[in-house]
Amino acid sequence: MTSPRTGASHGTGAVKWMVVPALLMFVMFGVVPLVGVLVLSFTQWDGLGAIHPAGTANWRSVLADPGLPHAIWVTFEIMILSWAVQTPLSLLIGTFLAGRQRYRGWLAVLFFVPLLLSSAAIAITYKALLDPNFGLGPGLKLGFLTQDWLGRSGLALGVVIFVVSWQFIPFHSLIYQGGVRQIPTSMYEAAEIDGAGRVRQFFSITVPQLKYTIITSSTLMVVGSLTFFDLIFVLTAGGPGDATRVLALDMYKRGFQANLMGPASVIAVLLVLIGLALALLLRRLGGSTTASQQDGA
Amino acid sequence: MRKLARLNWFGGSAAWLWLLIVMVPLYWIVVTSFKDESAYFSQNPFALPTAPTLTNYRMVIESDFPRYFVNSVIVTAGTIIPAVGISFLAAYAIVRGAGSRFLAGVNGLFLMGLAIPLQATIIPVYLLIIRMRLYDSLLAIVLPSIAFAIPLSVLVLTNFIRDVPKELFESMRVDGATEWGMLRTLAFPLTRPALVTVAIYNGLGVWNGFLLPLILTQSPEQRTLPLALWTFQGQYSINVPAVLASVVLTTLPIVILYAVGRRQLLSGLTAGFSR
Repeated sequence: MTSPRTGASHGTGAVKWMVVPALLMFVMFGVVPLVGVLVLSFTQWDGLGAIHPAGTANWRSVLADPGLPHAIWVTFEIMILSWAVQTPLSLLIGTFLAGRQRYRGWLAVLFFVPLLLSSAAIAITYKALLDPNFGLGPGLKLGFLTQDWLGRSGLALGVVIFVVSWQFIPFHSLIYQGGVRQIPTSMYEAAEIDGAGRVRQFFSITVPQLKYTIITSSTLMVVGSLTFFDLIFVLTAGGPGDATRVLALDMYKRGFQANLMGPASVIAVLLVLIGLALALLLRRLGGSTTASQQDGA
Repeated sequence: MRKLARLNWFGGSAAWLWLLIVMVPLYWIVVTSFKDESAYFSQNPFALPTAPTLTNYRMVIESDFPRYFVNSVIVTAGTIIPAVGISFLAAYAIVRGAGSRFLAGVNGLFLMGLAIPLQATIIPVYLLIIRMRLYDSLLAIVLPSIAFAIPLSVLVLTNFIRDVPKELFESMRVDGATEWGMLRTLAFPLTRPALVTVAIYNGLGVWNGFLLPLILTQSPEQRTLPLALWTFQGQYSINVPAVLASVVLTTLPIVILYAVGRRQLLSGLTAGFSR
């Protein structure tokens, strides 16, 4: 007779080793670099030669650099605006795509193609498409499309937010589509009997029921927006001037173009802290996300 | 379901409008890639090419794209197979060893990995790769990519393995099955859809990855497709049709895979994220 407890501990002993390969890889290329970046932020290194301790010099110079608040500002601007564009649209589209008609399935197939393209490909396409001399605007002879889209700071920021939305709205719509399909139909039937209209149903059933989905999607959007490196790097390279120089790009430029790995590591530490803080905040907002995973199962 | 189905014309118009916004650039990429340079400058951008040409595609292929394609295949397969394999093992251990503080701690570590932006650790990864004498090799891209794929894979796979009824494990254990045996004959077949989804999702990320190849490789021989796109665009930025042909060629393999496995990808992603 094995009691449940000894049964469990027997199992634990036998399975523990199975976690080891993943743990080793993750420690080696995830945890060690995470600690490493903090250590490197207190050193001086040009990316090639020897690494020298530098005390708090990097921190002092980066924190005093007026470029830093600007980069943080641009990062948050892009994060918040792209969230504000993507969330309502993805919710609407996801709810619509959750319908079971066959044509909506086909709609979804076409809809998700941007998911397949690399950020580099998307950035290259939009760069050509928006070219003020050879792009779509001059080609169609449309004045309002013929702008120096990537050459003026306000416009360039708008373009980045639009392209981000173009790339990721399909993905988030898909998440919402799945969420909506898990809402029991009986809730809508009850609301119908009570005479609630569709708009009312959307706001009093769909949106509250999707609470955890909204948190998941928002977390992915917000933490993901810290990693828009490739898109912005290819599309604007941070320009014009430093109008779209987000933190990730700032880190790359300091580290791999100016060969100042110490200050670049300071930016990296800030990125990690911002990512963790935002993830915790969103988790707090929605209660525990792990609870939602069990509820949804 | 009927009620849900006729829900809101507003969402419907948003979906159709956004579909148009999605399709217009895609259509433009494809038609333009078949035009020659002079047609590109003289024709209406949305008109079909009057004299379709394959010159652009020939030019891209002659610029060593087949080699970059092979590199991308090696990096993607070399990442995904081990990443999914070790993540599956870890997820199995985390579910079956519930109650172990060690495993709960490891799981917490992986979950923390979800909240950390990948780019932030790139400088120490670069240092590590240099010290391992792997700089400018495909393995340099593969190793960190495996590590970065682990957190999400483990999260999705634990959710799926948790859905396997405990009684099935219990009855197999009573029959004398080892954990390894249960993993192979019970957990693996029942979570196969999730494994495929995780593989496709991570595969897309690695195939389209830009930062790791940019920082960890240097020579054209080690270039992967997104990086090749970028350098090609730098060289031929004036020749828009050729640049767009390179975009089509790098995306085509994924579109074909998508056409074959879309049901799997879409339903799997839905199930994986919407819990």
